[in-house]
Amino acid sequence: MKPIVVFPDPPSDLARALDVTGRIWKIAESSDVERRLRPDAGWAAAIVIVRGRSDTAAAMVAALRDEGPDTPVLVVTDAAGLGALGRSGCSFDDFCVSPVRPAELAFRLERLTNASDGTGTVPDDLVTYGPLMINPVTYQAMVDGAPLDLTYMEYELLKYFAQHPGRVCTREVLLSQVWGYDYYGGARTVDVHVRRLRAKLGEPHAGLIETVRSVGYRFGRAQWG
Amino acid sequence: MGNVERHVDYVLRTVSERDVGLIRLWFTDVLGQLKSFAITAAELEHAFTDGMGFDGSAIDGFSRTVENDLLVRPDASTFELLPWTGRRDTEARMFCDVTELDGTPHPGDPRQVLRRHLDAAKERGLSFLVGPEMEFFYFAEASGTTPPTPLDHGSYFDLTTSDITSELRKRTIQALETMGIPVEYSFHEDSPSQHEIDLRHTDALSMADNVMTFRLMVREIALEAGVHATFMPKPMPHVQGSGMHIHLSLFSDDGNVFADGDDPLKLSATARSFVAGLLRHAPEMTAVTNQLVNSYKRLVTGSEAPSYVTWARSNRSALVRVPPTRPGREDSVRLEFRSPDSACNPYLVFSLLLAAGMRGIDAGYELAEQTDDDLAALDEAEVAARGIGSLPRSLAEALDTMASSALVREALGEHIFTWFLRNKRSEWADYRAQVTPFELERYLPVW
Repeated sequence: MKPIVVFPDPPSDLARALDVTGRIWKIAESSDVERRLRPDAGWAAAIVIVRGRSDTAAAMVAALRDEGPDTPVLVVTDAAGLGALGRSGCSFDDFCVSPVRPAELAFRLERLTNASDGTGTVPDDLVTYGPLMINPVTYQAMVDGAPLDLTYMEYELLKYFAQHPGRVCTREVLLSQVWGYDYYGGARTVDVHVRRLRAKLGEPHAGLIETVRSVGYRFGRAQWG
Repeated sequence: MGNVERHVDYVLRTVSERDVGLIRLWFTDVLGQLKSFAITAAELEHAFTDGMGFDGSAIDGFSRTVENDLLVRPDASTFELLPWTGRRDTEARMFCDVTELDGTPHPGDPRQVLRRHLDAAKERGLSFLVGPEMEFFYFAEASGTTPPTPLDHGSYFDLTTSDITSELRKRTIQALETMGIPVEYSFHEDSPSQHEIDLRHTDALSMADNVMTFRLMVREIALEAGVHATFMPKPMPHVQGSGMHIHLSLFSDDGNVFADGDDPLKLSATARSFVAGLLRHAPEMTAVTNQLVNSYKRLVTGSEAPSYVTWARSNRSALVRVPPTRPGREDSVRLEFRSPDSACNPYLVFSLLLAAGMRGIDAGYELAEQTDDDLAALDEAEVAARGIGSLPRSLAEALDTMASSALVREALGEHIFTWFLRNKRSEWADYRAQVTPFELERYLPVW
């Protein structure tokens, strides 16, 4: 997979969002560094961050265009920088407004790289639901752009839920689909893990997993009916 | 990939994706002390495939005369990031099983003792769930030479505003939740500076791991604020000590085997035999459930800690209590075993409780009538006349009772059984050689 170049050093939310896409990315502080780092096959895409005045960003985009006209360029700017970016005459292919939502970044990169050379992760791999994004290739899950610290079984349960939103899942179904047979706690295992997942998702998102009394659980309907 | 391989794969990927620098490998000695050593991410794969060697001779209960080289094998399903390290140098922990070099379980490893009991229950289609109530004190310091200083003067359920101990308790609960250890209740306990955090029930192996993590986190978080948290059973005379009441339930595929909706107490015949097993073997298990000299200062008549072998629905001096359940919630029928204190080894205690209860079921023990009146009002002869037994009154008595128990010997395994008795008898001998302030105050002036 071809790497992505990021100019300049990205803020932590963007770095985490890039990590979760599972792509390789490199930081270029200047066009000199970019030239030195550039692989023979070129970049999969370039991400140019606009901070304050858009001059340096515009110069970087122009330099990238000169060197590799086929490299798609994604600009990341804050809302205040939008107007200046529009007036700069900078020829980028797409843009994101920060703070960047990981699912949006992944999706935009997907479109850009597929349009250019067809490499990159398969879009079906990413599991997204509202603020939640799961990358099964890297086993990483994020909510609102923040990584979740999950055990393997918590991760598998959350992935199963996110792949079956709106469906009522009985404990028996969850045990057989997620656990198989290797657990000590019996059917209560599901309740225990749901409770742990809710705690790790945090107060604003705990309601993503709804208890369906005397049946089991449903993911997603409480907030996105 | 098999299940174990998928867990390992998950851990290896997460360590690399999340830039985890150090992985702490945790295991527990026979006395219930947490042991730890750290490896770097580069060593991790090796640790999974071959285990990590260490010298067992320095660890309580692992030493043997001939062979001291042992392995720890990390249990990938217990991988958790540690919440008290910053994002910059992320650390994680895993609980480990201790084995011989050839991979056979080491007989001194309490975690594998519990695993053996849970595997046996699982063979019979049963899962053993436990939920402990952890009590502890916060003190200003731990010099060990002067009486401890409480940090607040609250009492049971007091809502104390903005005091440091409530803040510490809150911080601890947040950290527990982020580590996947859900908390059911927490409140200020009866004594000054005493707090209680009740952990939500889960399978006994995960819970024993959770109790070990819990004790470390309570102490670490207190230490950050310059406060000493202690699980010592009775740090101050004349106020309640710190117990670890344990809620027990047993589930099969058909649901809660302790529940019977037609019974007035909602207790099944199986539950009654299980309780009978707990009661009959409780004195033999006491050296393990209450393993310190100090533990027996808590188990005195007139306190809320049990000293007699009784059961009841709601009598809070009973050894086994059957908490009432709300109508229609038969699923939550459970037993509460009230003698253990929070300085116990949770792996061994959960093992013994399951073994005693299962013995009651298998041998069809009959359960005596419950004792719902207050025995504190009676003297010991009156209690004995009613056919009610006592728990051991000292560590020495508890060790003697344990020494003649076939059940405890079998449940712990020969190695731990023998080592524990030897170690604890030596602790008792040290204690006996002391001249206490009580003796000086009472005898020196008049004799």
